[in-house]
Amino acid sequence: MKKVISILLVVLLMAAVFTACGSKDAAPAPASNAPAASDSGSGTIKIGGIGPTTGAAAVYGTAVKNGAQIAVDEINAMGGLQIEYKFQDDEHDAEKSVNAYNALKDWGVQMICGTVTTTPCIAVAAEANSDRVFMLTPSASSPLVNHGENGAYDYDNVFQLCFTDPDQGLASAQYIVDHDLGKKVAIIYNNADAYSTGIYQTFKAKAAELNLEVVSTTTFTDDTTDFSVQVADAQSNGADVVFLPIYYEPAALILRQAKSIGYAPVFFGVDGMDGILTLEGFDASLAEGVMLLTPFSADAKDERTASFVKKYTEAFGETPNQFAADGYDVIYALWNAAKAAGINDKTSAADACEKLIATFSGGSFSVDGVTGAGMKWSKEGTVTKAPKAVVIQNGVYVGF
Amino acid sequence: MSVLNNLIGGLSLGSVYAIIALGYTMVYGIAKMLNFAHGDVIMIGGYMCFCAMQYLGLPPVVGILIAMVVCTVLGVLIESLAYRPLRGAPSLAVLITAIGVSYYLQNAALLIWSSNPKSFTSVVALEPIQLAAGRLTVTGEAIVTIIAAVVIMTALTIFTSRTKMGKAMRAVSEDRGAAQLMGININRTISMTFAIGAALAAIAGVLYCSAYPTLSPTTGSLPGIKAFTAAVFGGIGSIPGAMLGGILLGIIEIFSNAYISTQLSDAIVFAVLIIVLLIKPTGLLGKKIREKV
Repeated sequence: MKKVISILLVVLLMAAVFTACGSKDAAPAPASNAPAASDSGSGTIKIGGIGPTTGAAAVYGTAVKNGAQIAVDEINAMGGLQIEYKFQDDEHDAEKSVNAYNALKDWGVQMICGTVTTTPCIAVAAEANSDRVFMLTPSASSPLVNHGENGAYDYDNVFQLCFTDPDQGLASAQYIVDHDLGKKVAIIYNNADAYSTGIYQTFKAKAAELNLEVVSTTTFTDDTTDFSVQVADAQSNGADVVFLPIYYEPAALILRQAKSIGYAPVFFGVDGMDGILTLEGFDASLAEGVMLLTPFSADAKDERTASFVKKYTEAFGETPNQFAADGYDVIYALWNAAKAAGINDKTSAADACEKLIATFSGGSFSVDGVTGAGMKWSKEGTVTKAPKAVVIQNGVYVGF
Repeated sequence: MSVLNNLIGGLSLGSVYAIIALGYTMVYGIAKMLNFAHGDVIMIGGYMCFCAMQYLGLPPVVGILIAMVVCTVLGVLIESLAYRPLRGAPSLAVLITAIGVSYYLQNAALLIWSSNPKSFTSVVALEPIQLAAGRLTVTGEAIVTIIAAVVIMTALTIFTSRTKMGKAMRAVSEDRGAAQLMGININRTISMTFAIGAALAAIAGVLYCSAYPTLSPTTGSLPGIKAFTAAVFGGIGSIPGAMLGGILLGIIEIFSNAYISTQLSDAIVFAVLIIVLLIKPTGLLGKKIREKV
C-alpha cells in the first residue's frame, strides 16, 4: 500500500514539475513582427518593469504595471518605434527585486521602468549603475535611489518621474500652512523605512521654518499592528492635523484606531496613501476627508487624463490611481527619449543608457503626461512638476 | 489618564495573547509538543471569518462559528496527518514537522488569498465607551476580548478538572503509558486537545483581526510567537499561567511602546522573558517536575 502511495506521489511530483515548465514556455512572448528597420523611429525596444504585484505594497506595483501596459498598447497601435514590455514582481523586497532585475537582463532589457518602491529600488539602482542600465522609476521617491544621503554616491543612470521625498515633505508642510488646515501637527512615521523617514525629515525642517507647531512625533516599524499609543499621543497633545508620510496599509490601521477612540483630526498623507481605497474590505467611510498629496487626480478634465482614465477603467475595472498614471507616463517618457536619442532594437543596454542620460539631462527634453505637463529633469535625476492635493469624499478623490 | 488608556490597551492585547497562549499550553501540556502551526491556524480563522462576512455576506456570529468549525477540523486533520505518525519519534522530529506545517499553511493561504492584505471588518458592533469626559476610551473590541479571555480560561479550567474528557487529558499529560493502561484512548484525547486548541485559535484570530484589522498570510506568525512566549512566561502547561503570561506580555508591550520606545518594545518583552526564566525557569506559575531517574 505504502509503495503504491509513494509511486503515486512521485508521479504527481513529476507532473507538477512538467506543468510548471510548460506554463513557463507558454508565457506571453510578444511577437516582434514589426520589421527591424535600421532607421530610428522604428524597430522594437525592450522595456522591463519591476515592482510589487503581490505583497503588502501590491497596489502600487499592479497599478504601475497596468498603467504602463495602457501606454505600451497605445504606442504599439500608433506604429513607428514599437515596445516590447515585460513586468516582474518583486514583492517590495530588495533581494527579490535584484532577482527580478537579473531576470530582465537575461531577457535583454534595454531600459527599466522601475522599481516602484524605494527600498528595493536602492538595491536595484546599485546593480543597474554598475551594469549601465537606464532606470526611470515611476514612484521610488527617495533621494537614496540616485544619490544617497548627502550625495554619498551618484547613480547617474537613475531618474525619477515622481516628486522626491524631500519635495513631498516640503510641499506637504507648505500645503498645510497655505490652506490653514490646522495649527498643531502630529506626525506618525515608519522609522524602519527610508521613504517614510525621508519625508518626515524635510517636513519637520520645513514646519519649523513656517512656524507650524509639531506637537507629537511617534514612530512605528514594519511589524506594528497596534497604533493605540501613537494615535493617543496625537490626541492628547491636541493635534488638529495628523501628517502620515507612510504607506496605506498602516494608515488604514491608524484611521481605524482614531475612529475607535473618537478622534477626528485632518489626516494628511503623501503618495503612499494612494491605494487606501482599493484595500479589500476597507471601510471607505474611515478615509472620508483624508487628504493626500498627489500629482495626479483622476477627475481632472484635460483630454489626456480623461482618455487615460477611460481606457484604464475599461481594461482593469477600477479608477487609476497616481501610480497607474506614473507608470503610464514613464513609458511615454522612455519612448520619447528613445526616439529622440535614436535608440532601436540594435542598441545595447549600455549604449542606450548613455544616450538616455544625455537626453533626459540635456535640458531641452520635456514630456507632457497625465501627472504633469512639461516635466523636465535635472542632472541629478529629479523631476520638476507642480504638486496637487486631493481630498477623499464619498470614496473618491476630489481635487482640492 | 493616558496611563489608564494604555492599561486598557495592554489588557486587550494581552487577552488576545492569552487566548492564543491557552491553545499553546493545552497542546503542550497534554501532547507534550510545541505546535508552531498554532499561529497559522489563527490566520486561517481570520480568513474564514473574513470570507464568510465579506463574500457570503453572513452575520459576524455565523462568521465566527464557521471559522471555529473550519479550524477545529483543520486542527484535528493536522494532528492526525502530521503529528500522529510521529507519536513515538524524538521530539525534535515533531518540532520540525510543526514548523513545516506552519509554512505549509502560510503558503496555502498565499495561494488561496494572495498576499494582498485584506482589511478586516470588526465583528464587534459595540460603540466605544467614553469615560471621564472623553479622556478615557474603552473600545468595544477591548471589552469583548477581555471578557472572552476570562470566560475561556474559566471554561477550560472547569473542563479539565470536572469532565471525564478533561480528566482523561490530565491523565494523559501526567503519564501517557499509565493512562493507556487505564483504558484511556490516547489518540482520541490528543485529537480532542487539538480540536479545542484550534477552536481557541479561531476565536483569537477573529478577535485579533477585529482589534487590528489587517489580514495577510503572515498575520498569525508574530502574535503566535508572542503568545508562545506568553505561555512560557506564565509556565507552559498551566492554564492560569497562560492567561497571566498573556496579559502581562500585552501590558509590558503597550507600556514600553508608550513610555520607552516603539522600536525597543519587542526587545523589552523578550528581555523580561529572559529575566523571568533566569529567576524562575518553569515560568511564573509553572510546576516544578522532578524527573525520576
